[in-house]
Amino acid sequence: MDAPLLAIRDLHLTMSSFDGEAHVLNGIELTVRRGEIWGLVGESGCGKSLTGLSISRLLPSPPARYLRGEIRFEGRDMLKLPISAVVALRGKKIGMIFQDPTTNLNPAYRIGEQLVDVALAAASHDPTILDCPPRAGRRERKRAARRLAAAMLDRVGIPNPEARLDNYPHEFSGGMRQRVLIAMALIGRPDLLIADEPTTALDVSVQAQILKLLKGTVADHDIGVILITHNLGVVAQTCTNVAVMYAGNIVESGPVAEVIERPAHPYTRALMAAIPTKETRRGALQGLGGTVPNLIAPPPGCRFAPRCPLTIPACTRALPPAVDIGAGHTAACIRVEEERAAVHA
Amino acid sequence: MLYFTVRRILLLIPVIIGLTIIMFAIARLLPGDPVALAAGPNATQAEIDALAQQFGLDQPVWSQYLRYVGGLMHGDFGTSLLTRRPVAADIAAYLPATLELVFAAMFLAVALGIPLGLLTAVWRNRWPDYVSQVFAIGAISMPRFFLGLLLQLCFAMWLMWLPLGGQLPIIMIPPPRVTGFLLVDSLLAGDTQVFRSALAHLAMPAVAMSLSPLATIMRMMRASTIEVMQQDYVTTARALGLPKRKILFKCVARNAISATLTVIGLYFGWLLGGTVLVETVFDWPGLGLYATKAIVSQDMMPVIGVALVIGLLFVFANLVIDLLYGVINPKVRYS
Repeated sequence: MDAPLLAIRDLHLTMSSFDGEAHVLNGIELTVRRGEIWGLVGESGCGKSLTGLSISRLLPSPPARYLRGEIRFEGRDMLKLPISAVVALRGKKIGMIFQDPTTNLNPAYRIGEQLVDVALAAASHDPTILDCPPRAGRRERKRAARRLAAAMLDRVGIPNPEARLDNYPHEFSGGMRQRVLIAMALIGRPDLLIADEPTTALDVSVQAQILKLLKGTVADHDIGVILITHNLGVVAQTCTNVAVMYAGNIVESGPVAEVIERPAHPYTRALMAAIPTKETRRGALQGLGGTVPNLIAPPPGCRFAPRCPLTIPACTRALPPAVDIGAGHTAACIRVEEERAAVHA
Repeated sequence: MLYFTVRRILLLIPVIIGLTIIMFAIARLLPGDPVALAAGPNATQAEIDALAQQFGLDQPVWSQYLRYVGGLMHGDFGTSLLTRRPVAADIAAYLPATLELVFAAMFLAVALGIPLGLLTAVWRNRWPDYVSQVFAIGAISMPRFFLGLLLQLCFAMWLMWLPLGGQLPIIMIPPPRVTGFLLVDSLLAGDTQVFRSALAHLAMPAVAMSLSPLATIMRMMRASTIEVMQQDYVTTARALGLPKRKILFKCVARNAISATLTVIGLYFGWLLGGTVLVETVFDWPGLGLYATKAIVSQDMMPVIGVALVIGLLFVFANLVIDLLYGVINPKVRYS
């Protein structure tokens, strides 16, 4: 089997704050191959965005500190590369899309200029992105970048792209702006796309269009995607694989159908139970008791133990390892085997 | 855009009315008899009365006011009691020197303050930032005239690099007056010797006037840069691999400047009104010096005229700033 696009191994990250060091990532394991769309789900503050930002080293340090682990992108450890080498990968090899399309475009510049700047930055590391002769002058490269920008807008489904290049961000709707941001993330032809809640700020019909666009991009260009979201519906619709995070740990991961059909970790099951269905009566929303643990002084053992209905004394002794339960499906719970036995019995 | 501009220009009318009323009231409330002062120490009462009648100063205040405003309509700012010359002609003669000084000071303040503000934001909480903070506190709290005296002592008396004061040496023949700005006129006349000398004369007063706005603009720019650097679109720019320099000087700078523009506009007016002290120290033949002489001899027409011109320029400068907002931030333009 060929080397994966991205392999995160045992990643530990702390963030220093006034109250002390918070262990925000506690041994993350994640492998992304080309053609896969990984959904990274979990409630707010579980570390899913921090995982995404860590991949292209976007967290300022201090306060961020990587205790151990590695983030191998195409075999190279991002945590050991000099920052200039990481910057050269940003936009070119790793594209990113963020949550709020209203604040992620620069209000002072036409979108054409913003796209051209990203294209030129990417082309400074890989001139083949621009379709022009290698010794082309500045102006010629700019013209080529502009042609590419228009082609990208067309690809993400913005009508009349040539003319739209000269518009400012505030002249676009929210959905259109997110398309512009996707075009910007893809203009450098990245191999890995990290999309941090790309549809959370959009309404449902636009959300479906954007997700379809992402899926189409993966199919057309054979890239890998990490889709960070807290919406299991989005994951079920879009992703090939899913990793469920809780308080800095990946508690369950596997192919999306497998995890959603047969959730093995009690936290995943609680998340699924919290999704209202047509049968849910008014006032009968299923919540999950308790709150996310304090990450500065996390509870011993399994971090979910204080809220878990299945807790036994052994749970609080050591962090449960990820147990392989077949078909690429893993769950970090010491009771997973006996639970499954009980279900099958 | 046009509607906006016209509306702002119409706003000048209440400003003129307000300014003239206030200045007139202050002029009448001041103790002393300007007419007697102007007539000289040996004038008889009859001569004083004749002079008062000649200038309409025997009339009631409201009728003097109406006559003054009537004159303003066709550009008549009244007549100076002291020089017996029309105030409008005096202002036209002295204004360019003041504007030259204010423009030079503002140019220094903006051209240095904005990049320094950006850089100290990047280097925040490191030694360049601390140095700039100490400099800013010093520059803002030091009175301009005192700074002017220090500069004179250092660069004119000890080092003898720069002339002590004035706009040109007496022996130099000024270029033909086209714009009234000595630097521009000397260039138009192709007289580099006069240009160099004019620049040397301008240097110290311009620096003395620029330090305080420079410090303020720098600190404002630092604060707004830090704010803009936390915006989502800067993270996106970083995440998509834009070079650091481009992020700072392009993505961040333009957004940060728009918050600083307001301060620049305010300082322009502040400098216009504040030239009095610096012009006195450097013997600069501008409006400030002219107004000082008029105030000392209680010659009110020039004082009112100068206040009016400065007030109008101030409003005008802020109009320009408001229009610049639209250039820098396209969103303002459309709403």
